[in-house]
This record gives sequence, C-alpha cells and structure tokens, in this order.
Amino acid sequence: MIEVKKLVKRFGLKTILRGLDFSVQPGEFVALLGPNGAGKTTFLRILATLSRPSIGLVQVAGYKLPDQAAQVRAKLGVVSHMPLLYPDLTAEENLRFYGRMYGIGNMEERITEVLGMVGLENRRKDLVRTFSRGMQQRLAIGRAVIHDPQVMLFDEPYTGLDQDASEMLDDVLRTVAAEGRTVVMTSHDLARAEDLATRFDILSRGVIAASTTQKQLKDTNLLSFYKQALADS
Amino acid sequence: MTNIKSIKAEGGLTEEAHPSFFKATLAIIQKDLSAEFRSFELISAMLVFSLLVIIIFNFALELDVKVRQSVTSGVLWTTFAFAGTLGLNRSMSVEKDRGCMDGLLLAPVDRSVIYFGKAISNLIFMLVVEAVVLPVYSLLYNVNLFRLDLIGVILLGSIGYAAVGTLLSTMSAQTRTREVLLPILLFPVVMPVLLASVKASNGLLTGAEFSEVLTPLNLLIVYDVIFIAIAFMVFDHVVEE
Amino acid sequence: MQPRPLVLKILDFASVIVLAVATYLALVFAPTEAVMGQVQRVFYFHIGTAWVGLLGFIIAALAGILYLVTKDARWDRFEVAAVEVSTLFFFITIVLGAIWARPAWNTWWTWDPRLTTAAITELIYIAYFMLRQGIEDPERRARFGAVYTLLGGISAPITFMVIRLFRTIHPVVVGSQSAAAQGGFSMTSDMKTAFFFALFAFTVIFIDMMWHRIRLGNLEDKVEQLKLKVSM
Repeated sequence: MIEVKKLVKRFGLKTILRGLDFSVQPGEFVALLGPNGAGKTTFLRILATLSRPSIGLVQVAGYKLPDQAAQVRAKLGVVSHMPLLYPDLTAEENLRFYGRMYGIGNMEERITEVLGMVGLENRRKDLVRTFSRGMQQRLAIGRAVIHDPQVMLFDEPYTGLDQDASEMLDDVLRTVAAEGRTVVMTSHDLARAEDLATRFDILSRGVIAASTTQKQLKDTNLLSFYKQALADS
Repeated sequence: MTNIKSIKAEGGLTEEAHPSFFKATLAIIQKDLSAEFRSFELISAMLVFSLLVIIIFNFALELDVKVRQSVTSGVLWTTFAFAGTLGLNRSMSVEKDRGCMDGLLLAPVDRSVIYFGKAISNLIFMLVVEAVVLPVYSLLYNVNLFRLDLIGVILLGSIGYAAVGTLLSTMSAQTRTREVLLPILLFPVVMPVLLASVKASNGLLTGAEFSEVLTPLNLLIVYDVIFIAIAFMVFDHVVEE
Repeated sequence: MQPRPLVLKILDFASVIVLAVATYLALVFAPTEAVMGQVQRVFYFHIGTAWVGLLGFIIAALAGILYLVTKDARWDRFEVAAVEVSTLFFFITIVLGAIWARPAWNTWWTWDPRLTTAAITELIYIAYFMLRQGIEDPERRARFGAVYTLLGGISAPITFMVIRLFRTIHPVVVGSQSAAAQGGFSMTSDMKTAFFFALFAFTVIFIDMMWHRIRLGNLEDKVEQLKLKVSM
C-alpha cells in the first residue's frame, strides 16, 4: 500500500530524511515513533502529499508521488494535531465543505452518518468556535473519513486531548484498523501505540533505525525496545 | 461515549473521486462567504477603515468643491487600496492560523482551484465594501458616482487588485513578518492598476474625451489578463513545499 | 577559497580603465552643451547607469523564470546578483537625475515617467529583499524570490506606460518649453562618442560586478554547508 525507497528530504542545506526505506502492507497499522526532530512529521507530510521528496521513490495506493499526488489525495485521510476546521462555520458546514472538495455524491446522508459516528449529531448546527478541543478533534476525524479513505495518516493525534476524547480516538483507531484500512500514526505516547498498532518503526536520524511487531514484542515491552533502538542508532 | 461501529459509508459512496474544477472553486467561495456573512468581521473592518480614510482625506486635502472634482478618483482608489490589504490579510490568516491551508492542499483538486476560490472571495468582499463606500462618498460630497461606466472601471481595477493581492497574500502569510509584508509587496506591483483606474475614473468624472479613458482602460484590461494568467501558472510554486 | 580566475582579474582591471576613460570623455572630451552648461555632463553617466539598471532588471526576471523551470540554485544566485546590481545602479541613476534636475530646472525631482518608474522599481527591489529576509527555508526563499521578480518584471513596464498618460499632472519644469527645458538636445558626434563609450563602460562594469556578486553567493553557500558540517 505504501512503498518508500531511499527517501531523502532536504530543506536547503539541512538533510532531514536520509535515504529512508519504508513499506506498509494493506491493512497494517504502523506506529511511527522517535525523538523530536527525527523527521516523523516531515515524513508524514511527504506521504500526505503536502511536501515533495527531494530524492527517492514514494508510492501510495499504487500512485507515484509527486507526479500522481492528486490521485493519492482522493484515497488519503489525514488527522494532525491541528483540527483543520473553520471556526466560523458550523460542524455541518465544515463537513459539507470538505465533502464538496472531495466530490462526495450523497452529501447530506454522509454528513449525518459521519456526525453520528463521532458523536456530534446534536452539535450539528453549532459553530466550531464553541467546541472544546476534544470535540474539535472528533469533528476533525469526521472530516478525515468523510470520503472513505483507504489510507489514513495520524500525526500526533492525541495532543491536547482529554480522557474522554482520547478514548474516543482509541475507538476510532481500533475501528479503522478492524475495517482493514492502512494506518500510519506518529505518536509520543508509547503506551497507547503499543495498545493499538501491529507494527512499530523507530525513526531516528532520518532513517528507520529499528522495526518490530506486536508478536515480536511478547517478551519485552515497547519502551525498552524503543530505548534500545535509540541507543544503538 | 459513542461506540463506533464502522466508518465505512453505509449506503456506499457515490463519489465522483475528483470534483470538477468549477464545483470545488464554488465550494471555497461558498465557505468564505458563509463564514463572513455570519460574523461580518472582515467587511465591517474594511468598511470602517474606508470611512475613516475618507474623513482623514477630507481634512488633509481640504476638499472644497473645486478641488473635489479632480481628486475624487484618487481618494477613492487610495481608500480601496488600503482597505483591500486588510481584507486580503484577514482572508489568508483564516487559512494559515488553523492550518486550514493544509486542509485545502489535501483535497484531490488542482492547486489553482484554491487560488481562484480565494481570489474570487476576496474580490467579492472588496466589491461589497466598494458598494457601500460609493454611495456614502456621493452623499458626503454631492458627487454622482452611480454611473455604469465608472462602476465598470472600479470592477476591472478590483479584479486586478484581488488577482495579484491573493497571490501575494499567500506568499506573505508564509514569511516571518506576515501581514506587515503584504502592502510592501503589493503596492509597487499593483501600481498600474491604481494609476490606470484613477486615470480612467478621472476621465469619466470630468467628462474627458473617450480616448483619454480608453487608453488607461486598455492597459488595465491587459494587466488583469496577464496577471491572472501569471498567478494561475505560478500558484503551485507558492503553496508547495 | 579559490582565487579569482584570470579573466576576472583582467575584467577588474579593464573596468577601472574604461571607467576612467568614460569619465575623461564625459568631463573633458565632450563639448559643453549650449543651453544647460556643464551640468549636462551628468547625462552620460545618468544614461549609462540607467541602462545597466534596466539590464539587471530584465536579467533578474529571466533568471527567476529559469529558476522556477529548472529549480537550479545557480539561477537563484544569478537572480539575486542581478537584483542587487540593478538596485545600486538605479539608485545612482536617480541621484544623478536629481543632480541634473536641480541646476537645470530648479527642482530636485521631476515626475518624469522614466525616473518615476525607476523609483518604483527600487521599491519593488526593496520589497524583494524584505521578502527574502523573512523566509528561513532557502528553497522557498528562492521560489518566492523568483515569483516576485517575475511579477515585478511585468508590472514595471506597464507602470511606465500608464505614468506616461499622466502627462501634465505635475508641471514641474520651470522655464521655457524649449527642447532643453524638456531635457532634450541634439548630440554632436563628439557627444555621441562619449555617450556610447559610457554605455560600453557601464556594461563592462556591470558584468564585472555580477561576476563578483555571483562568486560571493557561491562562497556564502559553501560557508553555510561548512557550518552545518561543523555543527553535526
């Protein structure tokens, strides 16, 4: 589903990603972990078509980036730590806007459906400005799934969420995984990641330093694996 | 807490996969107008600012009846130019502040859809403000500004201004100095619009020969066409990373 | 640091020579103009610097387009050099214009279309530098710079054409309506020699300064690279 070979990303003279290799099968749930500044967000932005690779091959859902970026976007759902919502529009209007931008056909039904999914049906006509951070993130998830994407990218989605909202996000992630969508999530929250993902890649110094799966972690826990990987790199 | 059963679209999604250029542009315009007509923050700021500028001009230039005729175009266009930067800045900061620009960039549409959508929204805001300022100015100074030809010139000038302004505000929003930089970038480059509009408006108001109006008008149209084309071609380079 | 290539050394030397010769031609060789007197001699340098300013302006716009098409950083350095040199020479043009205007027409500034456009172009350049200053990422800086030189490159000529329509708004020219008062005069062959040599001299100086500035840009880049290596 996602194929990355020797990805290099430079910003001027600074090289953030140094020949990164990364591969995700359909239906996998990969947690991308690593220290700050390792390049997690940069990498995710490239996968999200928001940033161009300097060198290297990047393929998502069978389409090559950056040339076929538009086709990739149709199959992509992105949730970042910013909600990407318009505060002066209602929840409904926000969804309608994004629905239009993704060319959704049965708009009104889909909006109702999505609002139901994230538990915001009764806040439908309220301005997003009045929403708490948790509610905004819920609506943001609605925005991200409105076009039924095959691949989902989550960039530090738990940032600033309270307990309730975090649990809801857990729910969403489990459902998404259960339905066979491909997920890549960056997170600082190792415990949560360990709970949800099937695979864990550690990004350090611009490459994937180590990778392991749920099965392989049976004897140790993620935290020690993580620390070991960073010490080795 | 809701127990989410499924994210899949129940009825199956009748998706067009890629919305048409026109529909997506329309979506952006509708979004901007809906948001604005709820709070009126942007338009009211531009309006109040315009009226203040006109009042300042009144005293700064001591607009007696004789002088008025010859400076009306200049005062109007200066007002529009300054108020315009307020609108452009605000319109772009809405996208920038909440990362909504990323939301727009994630949509499976051509980048120029974003440009045209924002530019037309900005144009509409400017026109709304101008539609209020013109009658007010007419009343204050007993000058008849309700002429189709004058409105035509104002429309053409506003189009040029919004076309270049939208492109430049997208750029300035990505710099350290942000809003402050926009007028500095905009005014030298949009000078032909201001000058030609003033010249043409002036010609109309003072009843000059048609050729005196036609020449600046032609240059204005040329500018509009060229710069809309340029903005369309370079917009990708301005939003990509 | 590589030493200056031989051609550049020769060019440096040549620049000084041609400047000296042009000065001689302008100040001594050319005859004194009948109406305006000695101050008219400023004209030779004024046109020379204006010509170079214009050359830099066009080259900057072209370099901008080439950068956007090829994404080659060398075009960006070329563009910055062209803008800087053009900024300098347009500034000198404006100053010389003022020096000429004061004794000739008793005013420091005439709203003459060419001079006004030069001033507006200077403002475009200042905006250009402020734009670049406010961007951290070198690649974005280059892209935005290129877009702006393109915008400025097309708008300045249109500005010029529009200003010309404002013929009599600012009747600053004090004195008779004669050709001399408008700044026109016919040139004798000696004057023509001084004139064309000045154009040639300034073109040589332009190439020399561009070359140096591009070298400087390359060195700046190398320094940045070394800084990065050291910090890691």
